[in-house]
Amino acid sequence: MTSFSTLLYKELLRFWKVSVQTVAAPVLTALLYLVVFAQALEDRVRVFDGIAYADFLVPGLVMMSVLQNAFANSSSSLVQSKITGNIVFILLAPITYLEFFGAYVLASVVRGLAVGAGVLAVSVWFVELRLQAPLWALAFALLGAALLGALGLVAGILSDKIDQMAAFQNFVIMPLTFLSGVFYSIRSLPELWQTLSHANPFFYMIDGFRYGFFGVSDFAPAASLAVVGASLIAVSWITLMLLRSGYKLRH
Amino acid sequence: MRACSRYRQRLEDSGRRLKAIEVTNVEKRYGALQALDGVSLAVEKGEFFGLLGPNGAGKTTLINVIAGLVRADAGSASVMGADVSADYRRARRMLGVVPQELVFDPFFTVRETLQLQSGYFGIRANDAWIDEVMVHLDLTAKADVNMRALSGGMKRRVLVAQALVHKPPVIVLDEPTAGVDVELRQGLWQFVRRLNRDGHTIVLTTHYLEEAELHCSRIAMLKAGRIAALDSTRNLLGTFSGLELRLRVDRESLPEPFPGHIVSSDRSFFVVKLQDYRELEDALARLREAGVGIHEMELQPPDLEEVFMRLTGRGAGA
Repeated sequence: MTSFSTLLYKELLRFWKVSVQTVAAPVLTALLYLVVFAQALEDRVRVFDGIAYADFLVPGLVMMSVLQNAFANSSSSLVQSKITGNIVFILLAPITYLEFFGAYVLASVVRGLAVGAGVLAVSVWFVELRLQAPLWALAFALLGAALLGALGLVAGILSDKIDQMAAFQNFVIMPLTFLSGVFYSIRSLPELWQTLSHANPFFYMIDGFRYGFFGVSDFAPAASLAVVGASLIAVSWITLMLLRSGYKLRH
Repeated sequence: MRACSRYRQRLEDSGRRLKAIEVTNVEKRYGALQALDGVSLAVEKGEFFGLLGPNGAGKTTLINVIAGLVRADAGSASVMGADVSADYRRARRMLGVVPQELVFDPFFTVRETLQLQSGYFGIRANDAWIDEVMVHLDLTAKADVNMRALSGGMKRRVLVAQALVHKPPVIVLDEPTAGVDVELRQGLWQFVRRLNRDGHTIVLTTHYLEEAELHCSRIAMLKAGRIAALDSTRNLLGTFSGLELRLRVDRESLPEPFPGHIVSSDRSFFVVKLQDYRELEDALARLREAGVGIHEMELQPPDLEEVFMRLTGRGAGA
């Protein structure tokens, strides 16, 4: 237990020591999206009935920040440790693969939620927040962050270089988050793109999270939660198998 | 009563059989490279053991197998009786490894690094021992300095301290003095010898043969993933090497027959190869007997370097 809590503490301390870069910077980025998109698209994009575009946009941006930062935390921590070689200190210790997994994923969840809370806090200056079903929002934020934290571990295990990890981030995570309905309701899309959006697991996370705010969503929240939960279990299982085999960690 | 003493005898026997490190037929292949090709060796408890060999001989791979950083393709390894894969948690608690590379986590100070490392090994309040280790390694003044700001030598000391936070009975030092200045090297050896006197088993890999010669009681030499020699340092030196006697005398020939083998002579200067110190005594007696006066005399003691060169086939005379 001490091994696990120490590794968790180390992962938290790692991002907290550079919180300007790991928390403040992503909050600013989200704020810029909010200001620019809300201004430019306010009258052009039609979303849910009776909900202003800026109001609609905020939960999407919050969740996008949660997901991207959860992913960034575990993936960059692991890749940096592999490149600098200090991963050896963890590999030499009597830490089980479950403890390893738990510590990295939980730290990712904390970072994701910290950034998400930051984005939410600054949005209050621009929009009036409604939280119709906060527990739904929290459930989606937790599961989504855990899923991305686990995906970050997979990317970290597979990558030997920073640019491989960056490719994973830029060519997989970014497109999936951008095309998940952060900036629009998928009902406004042509039918083909609506269908494709349903194959994107990020869509369910964003849509379900948004339900927590407005009590309205494109997809039934319970079904979305089931999709996210199933994805989390599948990705966690893959990650645990990789960790147990020592793939690309214990050569 | 008899049963009791028999039981005690058996306990002692099993205690004696329990090796600090035991490696059995370990094989490891990286693509076309057979890094370890059936290596077996045992390190007794309390030994100061040397693992020598040229670059690429498999020293670090072998250490990494013992540390669980590398998974062997075949064979087994154990630390204090704990198998490194089946019982990896116990095996890792028994082992402290000082890695060869100068690695560190740039996010933390020296003290944080050591506290974290203690925690990884399941030890909470460890500050008394951490302070003691820092004193011995001269790190106290740097305790709250970020790792990034330390010199290479200081980083090396922190690596040693990290390997010791959980008081492991077996300590492995992989090239601990590579790129380390003389002063630190001496301090480090003093500390490691103290640990050895206190009962820790030490395993050392090094390129500096004089270090192995000075500290290790037993040595394994690796060559191309195999053990080329495994014996006490004294036996290795005795088997493969001898003394070299350099003499300048008051005449241009040595009395016949002269012990040993005269390698070269230049008027009154002679280089004589002797097997051991007994032959040296014979040689000196022979000179006295014949009334030969000695102007200059120099003795080259047995040298592990020579053993090493011959075994690894890199010496001129190999």
